[in-house]
Amino acid sequence: MSGNRQASTAASPFRAPVLFAVLAILFLLEGTVRNSMFSGSWNTALAILNMGLISAIMALGVNMQWGYAGLFNSGVVGFLALGGLAPVLISLPPVEGAWAAGGSRLLLALALGVGALALAAQVWHRMPKGRARGLAVTAVLIAGFFVFRAVFDPAVMAIEANQSARFGNIGGLGLPVLLAWPIGGLFAAAAAWAVGKVALGLRSDYLAIATLGIGEIIVAVMRNEEWLARGVKNVTSIPRPVPYEIALQRNPEFQQFAADWGFTVAEASGIWVKLCYMLLFLVVLLSIILLAELALKSPWGRMMRAIRDNETAAAAMGKNVTSRHLQVFIIGSAVIGMAGAMMVTLDGLMAPTGYNPLRYTFLIWVMVIVGGSGNNWGAVLGAVLIWFIWIKVEVWGPQMMGLFTLPLPDGDIKRQLLDSAPHMRFMAMGIVLLLVLRFSPRGLLPER
Amino acid sequence: MDLLNALVAFLNFVFVPAAAYGAQLALGALGVTLIYGILRFSNFAHGDTMAFGTAIVILFTWGFQSLGISLGPLPTALLALVPGIAVTALLVLGVDRVVYRFYRARKSPPIILVMASVGVMFVMNGLTRMLPYIGVNEIRFDDGARFVISVREFRDLTGLTEGLALRSTQLLTVVVAVLVVAALFWFLNRTRSGKAMRAYSDNEDLALLSGIDPERVVRQTWIIAAALMTIAGTLYGLDKSFKAFNYFQILLPIFAAAIVGGLGSPLGAIAGGFIVAFSEVAITYPWVKVAGYLFPDWQPGGLLQLLSTEYKFAVSFIILIVVLLFRPTGLFRGKSV
Repeated sequence: MSGNRQASTAASPFRAPVLFAVLAILFLLEGTVRNSMFSGSWNTALAILNMGLISAIMALGVNMQWGYAGLFNSGVVGFLALGGLAPVLISLPPVEGAWAAGGSRLLLALALGVGALALAAQVWHRMPKGRARGLAVTAVLIAGFFVFRAVFDPAVMAIEANQSARFGNIGGLGLPVLLAWPIGGLFAAAAAWAVGKVALGLRSDYLAIATLGIGEIIVAVMRNEEWLARGVKNVTSIPRPVPYEIALQRNPEFQQFAADWGFTVAEASGIWVKLCYMLLFLVVLLSIILLAELALKSPWGRMMRAIRDNETAAAAMGKNVTSRHLQVFIIGSAVIGMAGAMMVTLDGLMAPTGYNPLRYTFLIWVMVIVGGSGNNWGAVLGAVLIWFIWIKVEVWGPQMMGLFTLPLPDGDIKRQLLDSAPHMRFMAMGIVLLLVLRFSPRGLLPER
Repeated sequence: MDLLNALVAFLNFVFVPAAAYGAQLALGALGVTLIYGILRFSNFAHGDTMAFGTAIVILFTWGFQSLGISLGPLPTALLALVPGIAVTALLVLGVDRVVYRFYRARKSPPIILVMASVGVMFVMNGLTRMLPYIGVNEIRFDDGARFVISVREFRDLTGLTEGLALRSTQLLTVVVAVLVVAALFWFLNRTRSGKAMRAYSDNEDLALLSGIDPERVVRQTWIIAAALMTIAGTLYGLDKSFKAFNYFQILLPIFAAAIVGGLGSPLGAIAGGFIVAFSEVAITYPWVKVAGYLFPDWQPGGLLQLLSTEYKFAVSFIILIVVLLFRPTGLFRGKSV
């Protein structure tokens, strides 16, 4: 990284509070005003806010990688999906007969696969350099692959044949869903370690390309491995950490409570559940910010910024740049994975087809850049704001298009233009990214 | 006879599709590698620009068809390539003027340019889908003769049980790719502008001292890259079919091909394209049929497929990882690591 990204003149101290106040007003309007721009429903406003908070956690993870260390992770979607696997594997009740059908064989196969990779790495390190070493490593890998498949394939067949209409997957452990959140982070961290180990320390573009690959592959695995999370058949009814609306609606105390506040029971129960989620997400978000800020102010944080601003100088001072990069890459991915687990919990649904890289990788990037890379509060602001706009543009876009095309006669061209309105979202995001990158590269809330 | 049948099955299901796919990847990787060599960043917008170029070609194809212009047995899209390339080149030059030139002048680190290319990717993505009649649908736009030789004709001709189908788009892909590559190498090695380009790629400062105009080199690079992108995208679309999202997805194999060959090395990009394509097809092809002819007594349990076709991107990824681990400069010694 050339140049120092820190401010030469301090930004106004009121900037952050004012921008967050603007954000709050937007949500208040969404909750209260009903017109062509806002829905006037607290349920909608809170739903947007909850997803915005999860996006904020993703943005915090990306900000750690990009803002602290200048690492370009273009596989956010993969780490997110991997984290989303945790609620499925941890909190779903066990599927009857699945473990008996092939659980132990499956674990054996995975152990064999990892063992073969480890053995190959050992051979590579231990044997003297030369042709024999290359051949030995190749032989170990090929043999390992076939042994793995020989154990893995029958195990998968057995699991997928078990009650295939309803389940066909390995099932979960039946543990509390909140436990799945940190475990989702661990899943993503493990994948990040593997990618980072290979791609870090090379050109900065290589990490971007390698993460692009791992992102696509993780999503492909989720789509096709039915034993894991039923693939494209989706897993529904993931347990919740908060009460169900229907239980609240049947509770006489809650009915009374809703009547006191002047809401219908159905509306109040939806709001109550969303508020519970919001509190949970806020707790996670604020703890991550607290930890991140403490880390940034510590000697470790100063070292990270020093490395980012001048790698050569930091290396000359005896800092191990590559292993620090690996460290921050793993931590950032873990945060993203945790957000993935939270998102699946919020939706109560694991649907691998929904993991679109444009939506879950590059939109998160826009959030970080717009908010202010290197500033945690900036990432949060950018995430919630961009998410709000992203959702609302879906409503505003066609209306605007309708306004533009009003003078046109009805026909093919008008219909085409109206149909194309949804795609304007991507274009608008691209333009926002380009504008911010060029004219205000330090974002809405610049790094202090 | 069985040996011949095995050979024909191999040609039909592995060699011919992989050769066509490899030619498409090679053209795509050539574009990536050229941009990398001159502008020094990995262009994430490559796939979506390919989609845009192809979409323009499709629109012109329809235009020509409605005017009654056709190339006889050849697809009309070949004719539409000319205006398609022109429009794409204009767009790319405009993008360079508005977006990339600023960062180039400030000598920003490459990762900032990568980031800008992500922004361009979004814009291209939206732009392609907003073009009239394109949208997100799957479009087939090949016309003319479908087959050079079909399975039935081949069987009747040779009397073998296995047939070999050669679709005209496959043959066309390879022929066009060879022509384009020959023209490109002629340009790079024989013309003044091409030599200036290589000089600029090798050593920017030295090139500037010798009086090479950098902006001119950059403009030429974008025009050539636009031509390569449009041709690669159109050939891919003719061979498979056009769907905008697929063009985002082939970004990974294209990057893999460029890195395997060595970023910045045109020869490497071509080799990389074919290496990635052949491994992808060979690893995801069920070999049971070929094995059945070769070893008639052997009854294999499965399809003899190393990986299911859904994981074809994993193949490019594994190749990429292997190259990054063992030879980060690529096979042909590309740019510094």
